[in-house]
Amino acid sequence: MKTIAEIGLLAEQYDIAIVGAGPAGLSAAARAAELGLSVLLADENPAPGGQIYRAITTTPVTDRSVLGEDYWKGGALIARLERTDAVYAPGCTVWSVAPDEAGGFELGLSLGGQARLVAARQIILATGAQERPFPIPGWTLPGVMTAGAAQIVLKSSGLVPGGRTVIAGCGPLLYLLAGQLAAAGANIVAVLDTTPRRNWLAAIAAFPDFLRSPYLAKGLKLMTQARGKLPFRTGVTSLAAEGTDTVTGVKVTRGGATETIACDALLLHQGVIPGINLSNAAGCAQAFDAVQRCWTPTVDDWFASSIPGIAIAGDGAGIGGAESAALRGEIAALDAARRLGRLSEAERDEKAAPTRAGLARSLRGRRFLDLLYRPAEAFLAPPADETIVCRCEEVTAGQIRDTASRLGVTGPNQMKAFLRCGMGPCQGRLCGPTVVELIAQVHGVSPAETGYYRLRPPVKPITLGELAALPPTEFAVKAVVR
Amino acid sequence: MFRPIAEAKASDGTRVAPVGFTFDGRAMTARAGDTVAAALLANGVQACRQTPVSGAPRGPYCMMGVCFECLVVIDGIGNRQGCLVPLRDGMRIQTQAGRRQPDEVQS
Repeated sequence: MKTIAEIGLLAEQYDIAIVGAGPAGLSAAARAAELGLSVLLADENPAPGGQIYRAITTTPVTDRSVLGEDYWKGGALIARLERTDAVYAPGCTVWSVAPDEAGGFELGLSLGGQARLVAARQIILATGAQERPFPIPGWTLPGVMTAGAAQIVLKSSGLVPGGRTVIAGCGPLLYLLAGQLAAAGANIVAVLDTTPRRNWLAAIAAFPDFLRSPYLAKGLKLMTQARGKLPFRTGVTSLAAEGTDTVTGVKVTRGGATETIACDALLLHQGVIPGINLSNAAGCAQAFDAVQRCWTPTVDDWFASSIPGIAIAGDGAGIGGAESAALRGEIAALDAARRLGRLSEAERDEKAAPTRAGLARSLRGRRFLDLLYRPAEAFLAPPADETIVCRCEEVTAGQIRDTASRLGVTGPNQMKAFLRCGMGPCQGRLCGPTVVELIAQVHGVSPAETGYYRLRPPVKPITLGELAALPPTEFAVKAVVR
Repeated sequence: MFRPIAEAKASDGTRVAPVGFTFDGRAMTARAGDTVAAALLANGVQACRQTPVSGAPRGPYCMMGVCFECLVVIDGIGNRQGCLVPLRDGMRIQTQAGRRQPDEVQS
């Protein structure tokens, strides 16, 4: 592996460019490089691992029991990549993926304050997941963070929230995060579980598969450990963060009764959803997944998107977890090698067979978790009018409902024009899913019918200075000079 | 407010010297290898920007480059995502007040 710290040191062209150095991107890069292809692995974080294996090579957390055995598996992925000739660019933001004249792609990259365009014949997007937005009144107060953010700070800096800490939401990760933070010494005064009780009715049909899944033993252990040690409160139906300059407490409703729990940190988590901004802006087709309640790029058995030459591996193409992400990265890389003529179809199929078997095993039981931890309606589409939905432009749920009903706005793009929601620097990452749910609710239609924001490159803000300094291509010159 | 976990604290002496930086002129130190946003959290800084719309205080929210709540001015350059920038010795970090100002670069 060759680590690149300066954008000028990148080659003009690579056989494969992979975006994201989490489990999917690391395995895809390793596999492609092992097959003799020239590989660029670009990642905006300072070190490899993605979020699940965040800071695996640099973490100050040395007691292995704090983060659990699964975390330490990430080291093997990086060790494998290190043995290859792949080029790894940390701190490198990919802001655009577009077709080029040669039938390949042109990537817009930014590293160290300088932008550059680099060509790649095949693309694998491994941009992973983000936590689902969890808009409640007061969630913009300093001191309110995602539970995953606290986990990132623990993994990368060995820090835990210092005062009374409340963790709230639903999903298997909630228990894992609560357990890790507690093991690291955080003072968790309440775990507020918002899982709707009636989810069990829907989930029970998928239970037999879950019984044979790798999640079962792990999940049961997590649950019993967390429940035994931590102050659990289930059946939470409403939450609001309180405070003026920072969070000082959380108002909780359960069983019709409301109480306020004083806290210095409030950590929110409501499952994870694919990060779709880059794949969407690149033009890859996506569909609304009614079970996981999120937008997901459409991919085939080889994780190829609707655009030939762009594959989407890992949680960015649908949530499956770290183990399945790594396997999906391998499969996507094998197919990219086939497209590049490095492998025949038969060779690709043969190499992929054992990986496919592992992938099926790793995904067994997933449906049960998706059904059981489906967020309650009240947290997908916040009922309190004052709840900020678009954090960047400070647009509230009340404004969105009002504009949808009074002005007859039927989709998020039109809403953007009226209210500016989704037009801030996060480009809809924190409001998109909620805006769609609110509009769908007002008009009594599904989110699938409501649609999603039309995203455009650059998918991360880049300065005009960086753009202006890009050397003009022959094509660009011809486009303006006749 | 964040604090180092017990084991990280115990082995501090054997690790590289802490990195010095300033936040709004106040001298602070943090662990080498921290991001700017983590370094601020470790120093008890909860809010690092005021929004351009209402001026409300905001602090780091996602710590993974998605939310843009940890925007700060670093060495005179605004709109930097603190959670993606590794801390360096002598960095001048400032609260991002509202939108990025074009004359920040000269300041």
